[in-house]
Amino acid sequence: MKIELVINQTKKNLEIQPGETLLETLRANGYTGVKYGCGSGDCGACMVLMNDEPVNSCQILTASVAGESITTIEGVGTMDKPHPVQEELVKAGAIQCGYCTPGIVLSAVALLNRNPHPTDEEIKKAIDSHLCRCTGYVKIIEGIKNASERL
Amino acid sequence: MLPKGCNMESKKPTTDLKTVGFSVNKIDALSLSTGRAQFTDDFSAPNTAHIKLLYSPHAHAKIKSLDTSEALKIPGVIDIIHHGNVPAILHTTAGQGYPEPSPYDTLMFDSTMRFVGDRVAAVLAETPEIAEAAVSKIKVEYEILPALLDFEKATDDDAPKIHPEKGKGYLIGAPYFPEKNIAAKILIDVGNLEQGLKESDFTFTETFYSHYGSHSALEPHAAFSYLDERNRLIIVSTTQVPFHTRRICSHLLQIPIRQIRVIKPRIGGGFGAKQEVFIDYIAGMFTLRTGRPAKLVLTREEVFVSSRTRHPMRVTVQAGVQKDGTIHAIALNALMNTGAYGAHALTVLSNAGSKVLPLINKAPHQRFNGTTVYTNLPVAGAYRGYGATQGYFPLGQMMDIIARKLGIDVLDLYRKNAIRNGETSPIFEKLGEGKEGVEQIIESCGLDECIDRGAREIGWSGKRNKKIRNGAKVRGVGMACMMQGSSIPRVDMGAAYMKMNEDGSFNLQIGATDIGTGSDTILGQIAAETLCVGIDDILVTSSDTDFTPFDVGAYASSTTYLSGEAVRKCAEKIRLQILGVAAEMSRMPVESLTMKEKMVFYKGGKLSFEEICHYAMYTANQFQIQASESHFTTASPPPFAAHFAEVEIDIETGDIRVVKYVAAADCGQPINPKLVEGQIEGAVVNGISWTLTEEFLFNEKGKLTNPNFGRYKLYSAADLPDIKTIVVPTWEPTGPYGAKSVAEIGINGPAPAIANAIFDAIGVRLHSLPFTAEKVFQALKESAR
Repeated sequence: MKIELVINQTKKNLEIQPGETLLETLRANGYTGVKYGCGSGDCGACMVLMNDEPVNSCQILTASVAGESITTIEGVGTMDKPHPVQEELVKAGAIQCGYCTPGIVLSAVALLNRNPHPTDEEIKKAIDSHLCRCTGYVKIIEGIKNASERL
Repeated sequence: MLPKGCNMESKKPTTDLKTVGFSVNKIDALSLSTGRAQFTDDFSAPNTAHIKLLYSPHAHAKIKSLDTSEALKIPGVIDIIHHGNVPAILHTTAGQGYPEPSPYDTLMFDSTMRFVGDRVAAVLAETPEIAEAAVSKIKVEYEILPALLDFEKATDDDAPKIHPEKGKGYLIGAPYFPEKNIAAKILIDVGNLEQGLKESDFTFTETFYSHYGSHSALEPHAAFSYLDERNRLIIVSTTQVPFHTRRICSHLLQIPIRQIRVIKPRIGGGFGAKQEVFIDYIAGMFTLRTGRPAKLVLTREEVFVSSRTRHPMRVTVQAGVQKDGTIHAIALNALMNTGAYGAHALTVLSNAGSKVLPLINKAPHQRFNGTTVYTNLPVAGAYRGYGATQGYFPLGQMMDIIARKLGIDVLDLYRKNAIRNGETSPIFEKLGEGKEGVEQIIESCGLDECIDRGAREIGWSGKRNKKIRNGAKVRGVGMACMMQGSSIPRVDMGAAYMKMNEDGSFNLQIGATDIGTGSDTILGQIAAETLCVGIDDILVTSSDTDFTPFDVGAYASSTTYLSGEAVRKCAEKIRLQILGVAAEMSRMPVESLTMKEKMVFYKGGKLSFEEICHYAMYTANQFQIQASESHFTTASPPPFAAHFAEVEIDIETGDIRVVKYVAAADCGQPINPKLVEGQIEGAVVNGISWTLTEEFLFNEKGKLTNPNFGRYKLYSAADLPDIKTIVVPTWEPTGPYGAKSVAEIGINGPAPAIANAIFDAIGVRLHSLPFTAEKVFQALKESAR
């Protein structure tokens, strides 16, 4: 079946299978910054923004979100022009394997968009739906805090 | 005689470091944060086919018949492999040096199923969905056998035998008794334990249990294979051990090593789980059989059920102590459960002794008595800490028990008994990895400072034995000390290759395998320091079996120390070549030259690296400035650490919360302090999570009932205590720029430190992990009786 999605502010007409998840659709169409981590909505590696709100793309059937606006990590910042959240995570040493990072960046961006100066507790809450096995979260929280101070 | 430069003091402590010792940004961090970095599943090729596996639903069974005819009829199914159509080649999935110190007891596909999750067959199909559908159409008839699910009964006469087949065992000839379900056995004696216990004023015996654990690297295991234009087999793999993967695939696929190239892209964490080679050859087998690119990506459930875990261990500690706190005799008696196959069955066991007993080095009477047994449970393997975690859980509590009995501060007990600079342990020599160990004298040890600074940070003297109470909540503090190692001496080898480019940059090619640890960055820093350039001038490539030199891979806390020294030596050779060219260009003696900030200075002038490389490439006596170096070691200098935990326990519910956690560690000269902290923090949180919330739950048939992150509870950000990491710098003379490794040690502390803190709060000693609220509550109830 055909479906229209707005991905990173560009209209896309995509061919999908009826039972396909948004995670599968995005990855099949080159948005490979979106990662599979668990398939059960428990780890946040597949997080994208739908209408600016973080959602686990592995838990969404693509057919059910026709016409919605999706932001993936590819729409947040680039190597040449990273988002402050990306820059500050890099500087804080918050990225080890980096597999969870795109999802965390998106949740952090969504947080800072609605709350530019969050407390540590608010940051922890915003990224609590993400699992990271490498960092122990300490430097991720620090990086997001530093980004908030720049905004 | 060498000229003076910015970094001539690599073998002596120096304050003049320019790159080493600084927290430069991790070189792949930006590409990771923007989603540009490529992981295994991000690779694809036209015409890629997909693999799904069929697993045994039974803990122990024989396949009576296997019928793939219905599955093969499904349109889009390309091939199915199983025990009936692939060669039966015994091997170990443990990615270790060769010959591996693990028993050869595994087949690619077997007709006997030894745990719920053992592999029955694999399907290759046009899409993952078709492969999945075909898996469900494979008809298997099983003869169900009695299962061995209690590892403490493994050696009973009437226990089911798990590997009765002939021909299994170690290439290295290590003790192996499958007729008793024994996969490994070790007995090491120093002095005379029984006599030592007799001579002691006090003796202690306690038994502790550590449990299964999932590595839970966020990226699941994956392999993608294809044939290149010359029909060589290329395998892109989520591996910690690309060279071992190549070797093991060559063995299993029966093609020469030269026909295989293993590429390691970015890896989404490993922690030991990806030191196992168990899916790469399945993808490779399909590609060889069909010519098709083939991809296998495990689901999270498959990672839980069928990959690898931490070895559960029962350890009985015996200690003999004099009134003054001198530990006179110490013994660890370990029974380890390796599950259905013996991956790392010998070496994880030996590390429970070899990385643990040397901390209490002065006891004249010591014993390590270990047995590894098979069960019909998930296969264990390498896991960060590698047995030391299972050894420090009992030792750390025993130290607390001794200190309380003697009425002394446990900090003083460690100060009195722990190993120090200039000392050795007889265990170093007696207990190695699959062979005898290597004698070594400790040349760097910051343990005392770790203890002092950690105690200050947690507020030890104000909180210990105070049982500070707030309503139903009581607080307590506990601590534990530990060491690990840096590489496996006389076993591990790492190599590096470098060449210079015209713009004064350098390619650094290393087999050392960055799996998210930041090793590409710190190895780049070591090269940059040696060559007086910035980290941006070093272009790091790891690891590709065609294009990078050999390295054993990312395990045994080896990369910084071992591969780092290979890189330093390699860069040193490049430096001498640059100086040689500069001497020729300037007509000045080499001894008079100084290298600094991408320049070589001589009396009356200077030459840039660009000029020097251009001269070498294009002007006269042309040659490529290039070098390679290898490094192996005869020492494994331990990092040291002291961990402190403050917990709060709700005595009405048993709910336990870690309020604060302090990890003080000595890893020699930190190459990149932020990355060192990151290693410690990640290991600590993994350790806390394993101690308190993570648990494998099995049903009565040996099936894991919680193979998902919803019910296998990893710590998330909201669970975090206040974590303080203290890096205590020392200087290790045998390491690159004084460095030791730090990847594993941090995971050894949480279990004993939290156990001791719980005792401090409520006077209850917990002997088995994990410390769930229910367990604490039960223990409180029992102690109230």
